Amino acid sequence: MNRFAALLDRLGYEPRRNAKLRLLTDYFRHTPDPERGYALAAMTGALMFKEAKPGLIRGLVEERTDPELFRMSYHYVGDLAETAALIWPAPGHESVAPASDGAPAIGHNNPPPHVPTLTEVIETLATTSKSDLPARVAEWMDALDETGRWALIKLITRELRVGVSARLAKTAVAQLGEIEPDEVELIWHGLEAPYENLFAWVEGRGEKPESGNPAPFRPSMLSHPLEDEDFEKLEASEFLAEWKWDGIRLQAAAGHGSDGRPVKRIYSRTGEDVSRAFPDLVEALDFEGAIDGELLIVREGRVQSFNVLQQRLNRKAVTPKLIAEFPAHLRVYDILFEGEEDLRSLPFAERRKRLEALVARIGDPRIDLSPMVPFSTWEELAAARADPASVGAGPDADAIEGCMVKRANSPYLPGRPKGYWYKWKRDPYLVDAVMMYGQRGHGKRSSFYSDYTFGVWRDGPNGEELVPVGKAYHGFTDEELAKLDRYVRNHTVNRFGPVREVEYGKDRGLVLEVAFEGLQRSTRHKSGVAMRFPRISRIRWDKPAAEADRIETLEKILERGEKEVYPLQDKAAKRQKG
Amino acid sequence: MALRSTDILTQTPQGLYCPLGDFHVDPVRPVKRALITHGHSDHARSGHRSVLATRETLLIMAVRYGADFAGATQEAPLGESLRVGDVTVRFTPAGHVLGSAQIAIEAGGTRVVVSGDYKRAEDPTCLPYEVVPCDVFITEATFGLPVFRHPDTRAEVRKLLDSVALFPERAHIVGAYALGKAQRVMALLREEGYDRPIYLHGAMERLTEFYKSEGIPLGETPKVVASERAKLAGAIVICPPSSIQDLWSRRFPDPVTCFASGWMRVRARARQKGVELPLVISDHSDWDDLCRTIRETGAGEVWVTHGQEDALVHWCTTHGIRARPLHMLGYGDEGEAEEAPAAGTEAGDAA
Repeated sequence: MNRFAALLDRLGYEPRRNAKLRLLTDYFRHTPDPERGYALAAMTGALMFKEAKPGLIRGLVEERTDPELFRMSYHYVGDLAETAALIWPAPGHESVAPASDGAPAIGHNNPPPHVPTLTEVIETLATTSKSDLPARVAEWMDALDETGRWALIKLITRELRVGVSARLAKTAVAQLGEIEPDEVELIWHGLEAPYENLFAWVEGRGEKPESGNPAPFRPSMLSHPLEDEDFEKLEASEFLAEWKWDGIRLQAAAGHGSDGRPVKRIYSRTGEDVSRAFPDLVEALDFEGAIDGELLIVREGRVQSFNVLQQRLNRKAVTPKLIAEFPAHLRVYDILFEGEEDLRSLPFAERRKRLEALVARIGDPRIDLSPMVPFSTWEELAAARADPASVGAGPDADAIEGCMVKRANSPYLPGRPKGYWYKWKRDPYLVDAVMMYGQRGHGKRSSFYSDYTFGVWRDGPNGEELVPVGKAYHGFTDEELAKLDRYVRNHTVNRFGPVREVEYGKDRGLVLEVAFEGLQRSTRHKSGVAMRFPRISRIRWDKPAAEADRIETLEKILERGEKEVYPLQDKAAKRQKG
Repeated sequence: MALRSTDILTQTPQGLYCPLGDFHVDPVRPVKRALITHGHSDHARSGHRSVLATRETLLIMAVRYGADFAGATQEAPLGESLRVGDVTVRFTPAGHVLGSAQIAIEAGGTRVVVSGDYKRAEDPTCLPYEVVPCDVFITEATFGLPVFRHPDTRAEVRKLLDSVALFPERAHIVGAYALGKAQRVMALLREEGYDRPIYLHGAMERLTEFYKSEGIPLGETPKVVASERAKLAGAIVICPPSSIQDLWSRRFPDPVTCFASGWMRVRARARQKGVELPLVISDHSDWDDLCRTIRETGAGEVWVTHGQEDALVHWCTTHGIRARPLHMLGYGDEGEAEEAPAAGTEAGDAA
């Protein structure tokens, strides 16, 4: 466990991809089986155990420490796992509990506890019942040092987040031998932790493991954002366009096993098998091959907003009720394999024809084609993008966040190759608002006031007043963060724990230009609206607070949005007028 | 009858003051007579009319401020009692940096110990801390939260050496406080068998030479020559904390940013400074040692000068020891003090 903890610790601080790779390969090279295999499983999210809740950790710490000292410590550190790891009163330490007179020193009659290996931890977790879990975790915490405890908590709460993707971990394994990462990817889903056969193969000691998976994941092709200056260089006639759906990118793969039984899988963009979350969609995969598309929620033929989709994603248990309420839908836009035939080297326009034929054969309403957006000049496409409903997006316009522009002759390439696929997102909405509160951030930003609540003007009982409309904590550079932090500290008028209220009014206050993707009506917010993805797009040091926007600006955006969602009603209203 | 502790020591704007002896301890402004615990610039300032300190501390002050840093100086031999006004004072090793001492002040059967900054962990560059039993113990609380438990320094230094072995084409730039920390890191590297030259930023040079002249073996420590920086692949370079992020360090081959400080225990602190290899090496007591030391002095009353006072006062109170925070300003440490001026100028920009 200590080696693994040291690796995670080091990875967490390392920003460079190549240095991360070096740390990973060094670890895999010098750590024996099965320990390294479990580490690989932990980093690729392949471990199956019921995770511990943060509440379990908090409970264990609270039993052992003075609550006041714990509170002060948590406030200072800003991260529960780290506070718990650091404050844990291991045997032999001066206790932090009030009543104790210090734990007995480690000596002959009191040997140091056994430090668990990662393998022991994972094997034990797989078989430990929920009621035994706290005692086990406490034993391990006693035996490990600060870094070890931190890694243990991150592991068992499934919050590793050390900036290593599954792909990077697999690439590191591939680098132990002279093997392309994609080769590891192709056999990956036939492998199981602790991957002894995989390590044997990459180290040249064993045969290449069988894929074993008749429906494997193939790396996704990704796009680049389209910038204004690109249009001069790109010839419109060489491109095709589709809507960019505001959903989740998925790959659906299907085949049959050696026993002839069908195998159907759904993968995330990064190759994570998410089939279990979408049994309703898996059922519809009546084909052989691999297709690429967007997960959406479709009710009565209408695509729902991302907010609705999130409600399904947020649930852990997939119940029949959840499926009925949030029916999953796959809107497809590419085909990688048909049966055993690899179509990825074909031009996009040809793949599209094969895809259209396949979707027609599947004939399931849960899987449909993402329509093409007809255009002959970039101006036409810009008009379509600004108003999807005008070019046939109909009731689905709300779930469109722009256009995908794809070179008609592009092959399907793994990763983000240059010059083939572009995303052209809808411009965000902008509003000028006034900073009202600053809150301390978490983790890396725990000593900065980095989360800002902002408001716009409205008519109140005593004249114009500011009403909070949202909170943003990104969009600014580190340098701007330092200035905003300083601003909050220098203009504080009130303190509420980690929150500071700053000066604001007609003649004072800081204006923030806030960009956001959409608005929703909300009963939880005083202003009645909730913003989607708000971020600070500019700090208007120059603009007087009195000139910030009024709530009516947001009301108008909201009304416009509702028209897009209910365009038929709107048309009916117009007809009545005319 | 024993005197009250406040007759022996009280708080003034200049710092702690002893009325019976008419002197200040570690005053932050020039005074008539100053007793100095150690050479860090927040405790040892120039411009006092007379200074009483250990021989090493007086020499360190001369290195930093020039030979005329005070009107008059007097050496305080460790362990010897000296009469100052109506009190007796005695300097005892504090284990913080070379020359650091606690100052015991005694009058009428009451003893107050001003510990300055201190640590209990082993340090090859200075004398170890000695417990001085007392009635009132005056302590710092730089790391006065139970999340601060300093690990074995050897493991931290090995972390650095492992990284040097793994990334031989990169330079490792270690930020360390110029007095004490830098030399301790060098000594620890030598103890771990590292025998290649350890390169120094110019600001480290004179104090490092002073340590060597005091008989502390630190090996070969050449000063970094500006034009040679690009050639220092695989080298360990030690510089002041403020230099790890500035242009100076960027000229080295693909530098790995390291920082030797107790603050590195908390990830957010390390990340804020852009540190890639935090080394938890501190010249202050960690939480356990603060608590242990308070117990061992047997003091019935504890005053906490600076740092995380609230948690330590809370601990004392719940363990039946009277305690109060002094909230003293002007004392920072381990690189924190150096940052203060920069922060001040920025406030103007934002306003």
